[in-house]
Amino acid sequence: MDTLRQVRLVWKPIVFLLCLAPAVLVATDAFEFTGSLGANPVEAIQDRFGNWGIRFIMITLAVTPLRRITGWAWLVRFRRMLGLFTFFYVLMHFLTWLILDQSLLLSAIAEDILERPFITIGFAALLLLIAMAVTSTNGMRRRLGRRWDKLHYSAYAVAMLGVWHYWWQVKLDALDPLIYAVILAVLLGYRLWHYGQRRRTHP
Amino acid sequence: MLIKKAADIRPSEITSKQNYLNRRDFIRVGSIAGALTAAGPALSAIVPEERRAKLSDVRGSEFSTTEATNAYEDVTTYNNYYEFGTGKADPYQNAQEFEPRPWSITVEGHAEKTGTFHLEDFIKPFDLEERIYRMRCVEAWSMVIPWVGISLAEVVMHLQPTSKAKYVAFETLHDPVRMPGQRRRVLDWPYREGLTIAEATNPLPILAVGIFGEVIPNQNGAPIRLVVPWKYGFKGIKGIVRMRFVEKQPKTSWNMSQPREYGFYANVNPEVSHPRWSQARERRIGAGIFASKQPTLMFNGYGKQVAHLYKGVDLRKNF
Repeated sequence: MDTLRQVRLVWKPIVFLLCLAPAVLVATDAFEFTGSLGANPVEAIQDRFGNWGIRFIMITLAVTPLRRITGWAWLVRFRRMLGLFTFFYVLMHFLTWLILDQSLLLSAIAEDILERPFITIGFAALLLLIAMAVTSTNGMRRRLGRRWDKLHYSAYAVAMLGVWHYWWQVKLDALDPLIYAVILAVLLGYRLWHYGQRRRTHP
Repeated sequence: MLIKKAADIRPSEITSKQNYLNRRDFIRVGSIAGALTAAGPALSAIVPEERRAKLSDVRGSEFSTTEATNAYEDVTTYNNYYEFGTGKADPYQNAQEFEPRPWSITVEGHAEKTGTFHLEDFIKPFDLEERIYRMRCVEAWSMVIPWVGISLAEVVMHLQPTSKAKYVAFETLHDPVRMPGQRRRVLDWPYREGLTIAEATNPLPILAVGIFGEVIPNQNGAPIRLVVPWKYGFKGIKGIVRMRFVEKQPKTSWNMSQPREYGFYANVNPEVSHPRWSQARERRIGAGIFASKQPTLMFNGYGKQVAHLYKGVDLRKNF
């Protein structure tokens, strides 16, 4: 089997299941098969989905640097799936907030989105993710041409908004969002460095 | 010197043999029931059995709510106690090894009776009361907790503050060896809280030494903590080692850390939002995954007892 076939037939399904595992664990914990969600299950579900949303945007943004460093071109084959999982976890985080936390109470939802800045920026990140998810098919990519690339650069904005949203939401102890900020700085810093190198070698 | 060698309390002094045997039966029945339903950790796993001594001679109180109390498991595994970590399960996980006895409390400042007292001597003059109170956290969740404690008003009167005493300030133990959360400077340790003398002599606040009729577990603030039911939970300072009667408003930890977000008064108030989230509604812990939040009540529903304390006070400014 050549590498591409192997990626499609073997590795993609395996990675897909791995990416789904955190969501499956939320469900099995909710029924106390694997663990428990603790005294405040709504908060636990929301936090877990949100955390995985941030982790997946970081993983997605790590694909290109890893590919360049290792020379494993096939890594890029996983990028769309990882990006869509980012969207999936952020959407679940949002739906948990909308349905379980706010009980679909429209006035409270509107007030939160408009008046709580950390929710506003989280919502903005979700809108960008929706735009990217909808245009993630091969057909859309062809149809949009160069505009597709521009739109999908919003992945950087999503990552920054996500970290900011997390940072702004914590009460006092910002250690976890700080860790994500450092990871994001490394991922973006690598791109700047790489861009600088290329300009030096191909002026 | 007021310090005498504390006589070690024998378990039999706290728990009568009958109670002790009853508890054994209760645990045995409970563990069978637990095995049958196989849901959640067994009660005895949360707090070791030897730390769960029953408190005797506890009387009831007219101030108790008739609302259903939260499960023991909720109260003892989900709370904030930054001395043991900033996560909500950290106090339960990291306070297991904490040894809250012997313990002494120092009383200082403008009062007749100052000095350092052994905890047992400090509590002895007062009756233990069960007070079932709503507890509203500033993070917009709430519980109903059956505390056991002594009336703060009675303690304050007993210590005889002078006319100069306008506030009473409290401090938590500062001991990073025993309180691992203090090894990181997330707050300016020791934790500090305070009340006006009028608030402290209101009949509602208590110094709690128990929950569910038993000695208070470490994670909930052993051996002695403050409970002020009409204020956000962070006013309920835990592991108290110092009380000081002062003339000026004392500094309080969360206010020192983020003055825009946490005021000195911290009265529960659905109309004054936290700058980053609404305080209009609250999630009652234990209500279930699909339960909606419930409306938050002014003064957490204790307005009848405390609203008069704030007549003419602008509660938006003095939040």
